Amino acid sequence: MSHPADTTDDTFDQDVVKSDLPVMVDFWAPWCGPCRMVAPIVEELADEYEGRVKFVKLNTDENPRIAGQYGIRSIPTLLVFKGGQPVGQIVGFRPKSDLAKHLEAALV
Amino acid sequence: MSEIDIAIIGGGPTGLAAGLYAARARRRTVLWERGVLGGQIALTSLVENYPGFADGVLGPDLAIDMQRQAESFGMETVYGGVDRLRREPGYWVLATSEGEVRARAVIVAAGADPVKLGVPGEEALTGRGVSYCATCDAAFFGGEVVAVVGGGDAAVEEALFTTRYARHVYLIHRRDRLRASAVLQQRALAHERIEPLWDTVVEEVAAGPDGQVASLALRHVASGSRRDLPVAGVFIFIGHRPSTELLRGLVPLDGGGHAYVNLWMETGQPGLFAAGEVRVDSARQLATAAGDGVTAAVRAEHYLQQYVD
Repeated sequence: MSHPADTTDDTFDQDVVKSDLPVMVDFWAPWCGPCRMVAPIVEELADEYEGRVKFVKLNTDENPRIAGQYGIRSIPTLLVFKGGQPVGQIVGFRPKSDLAKHLEAALV
Repeated sequence: MSEIDIAIIGGGPTGLAAGLYAARARRRTVLWERGVLGGQIALTSLVENYPGFADGVLGPDLAIDMQRQAESFGMETVYGGVDRLRREPGYWVLATSEGEVRARAVIVAAGADPVKLGVPGEEALTGRGVSYCATCDAAFFGGEVVAVVGGGDAAVEEALFTTRYARHVYLIHRRDRLRASAVLQQRALAHERIEPLWDTVVEEVAAGPDGQVASLALRHVASGSRRDLPVAGVFIFIGHRPSTELLRGLVPLDGGGHAYVNLWMETGQPGLFAAGEVRVDSARQLATAAGDGVTAAVRAEHYLQQYVD
């Protein structure tokens, strides 16, 4: 299983915005139950898309600046970035196939 | 086509309890979950009414332990949906996102999905101020004014939870009294930062220039008068609807979409069980959900021994 690396307010630009690969960012917080339940699905995707999509997670409690900048009002939220821009947003939990569709769209 | 003994559709407490019993009976058991494991308990914070946990237990913790327990006996989990179910002699065939699977018995434990208001702005603003999970999202509304819609236990509990962060919480209910249990009602109505708005319905969720929720269009049911209520967020808890699309046409459903079953969770179709919130007359509690799953799995085992083995 691939465990997405942590990104922060300070490293987001480097980790996500300047990434050559598309990036899926998992916005989460320790007290958010559904976020914990989404994690294994994201990990499965990280395995399946290894080398094609980068996966990171951002703790919204510790990194309110980035969460605020992207208007996150609900977690879990997954944002897909391509060329530094958010191109897909998935709010709440959705079937794995839905998440994969967002990734496929970003890969085109 | 792969073949299994018992297919479980839905990974809430019902499906996980069924999975535990089925796997522990040494049946090849696969559970499909199209969202997240735990179902509605994944959305709750502290569960205070599950027997045996005197200090309460966190819903997600319990769900993770239930999964771990079932998997320790060999249950497999697939994160994906089952689109269709059809009968072939001796088998049910499940059409899944990753191909067809044959199962000798099927337990449908797909639970229920939250009912939406069905008003303009609701869908587009989900995640931008519209939420169905206060436990997840209330923290993003620190110091702000929010609304909770509904009058049952879930709505009142979430309104109380939301006061940890929000400056003011409107509790919007279409009737003139709450349906929630007496203890919760007392707590909510005595709370200085919760303001009930009786006989009131939401007609629209409107966004501000930043694309986030800015106000609700309200209508007072009795007088018909309308007004806008500025809020930064709205949490919607107006009930649940059973997820029984898979069973439509296969087994009789009541007007609310619940499957008719007998006390063994049998649907009347061979080897097809419906348990938990998908069935008629469910008490819709965590303990009864788990109990339903156990009943269905015990009966499925009996069915396999009797007619299949």
